[in-house]
Amino acid sequence: MKHPEPVQQVKYRRDTALQTLVGAIPYAQFLGIQFERHGDELTAVLPFDDSLIGNPILPALHGGVIASFLEVAAIVELSWAMLWEELESGRLSAESMAQNMPRLPKTIDFTIDYLRTGLPRDAYARARVNRSGRRYASVHVEAWQDNRARLFAQATGHFLMPQPPLPPTGRD
Amino acid sequence: MSSSDPQSFISALPFARALGMRLEAIDAGEARISMDWDARFVGDPATGVIHGGAVSALMDTCGGAAVMSYPGATTTATIDLRIDYMRAATPGQRITARAICYHVTRNVAFVRATAHDEDTNNPVATAAGAFTFDRAQKVPE
Repeated sequence: MKHPEPVQQVKYRRDTALQTLVGAIPYAQFLGIQFERHGDELTAVLPFDDSLIGNPILPALHGGVIASFLEVAAIVELSWAMLWEELESGRLSAESMAQNMPRLPKTIDFTIDYLRTGLPRDAYARARVNRSGRRYASVHVEAWQDNRARLFAQATGHFLMPQPPLPPTGRD
Repeated sequence: MSSSDPQSFISALPFARALGMRLEAIDAGEARISMDWDARFVGDPATGVIHGGAVSALMDTCGGAAVMSYPGATTTATIDLRIDYMRAATPGQRITARAICYHVTRNVAFVRATAHDEDTNNPVATAAGAFTFDRAQKVPE
């Protein structure tokens, strides 16, 4: 019987791959977005910072910050779902990912529903891939702050999936 | 936020400042705001293209500015915003958004916006949104 893979090795592989993916997106770094992982489930975390304020009188998070946070969460979730199979099957290693970053999905459209004022506190988001085909994907994102049941924003986006390189023609 | 000094609209918003936004023009329900390309705003390092979220932030700010410049407006907040991404913005080029608040009701302002880079004939993105609308109270007689 085959021994199960040591847990540290599994975690190291998954965490390294996730860090490589998120670390490769400069704008996610600029906003300070982090990702927490439980198995394949991701939660995006946006630690509060004064520079993220839009309305200093309330004060409230800038609508653009919220839109950006949700779009980053959607793209990372979609990429992660795409990479997971490759990583777990051993076809892709976290190390080879760092050398040759997989192409990211491109946003076709993104609709943000601002449900409540974004408070000057940490924010969290979870994205769900509702459909992922060969070319197009539809992703829904929910964001909350203190209370998981009280969303302060949600969004739906459509994405163009990165196309795999063309197979060799056999002539070269 | 006050509508009395529209030029201060941008500098009063910390995140608009963080993205280096510049108010180019503002007048009675119309606004134009631009943002330089910056390596920190890139979404895909393989292409150097600005992240859609940064373009959303520009469109949202520009839409809000258009509403604030509408005669009688006092405060506003985005209710919803849909952005369509037509093409990748060319790396290194400045992005400019134009927003027009084309209709207001007692409580809602409707906004359309477009964003382009230095190729002004081919928009990078378009947006449509609804914003809250609050009028200055009339003094009761």
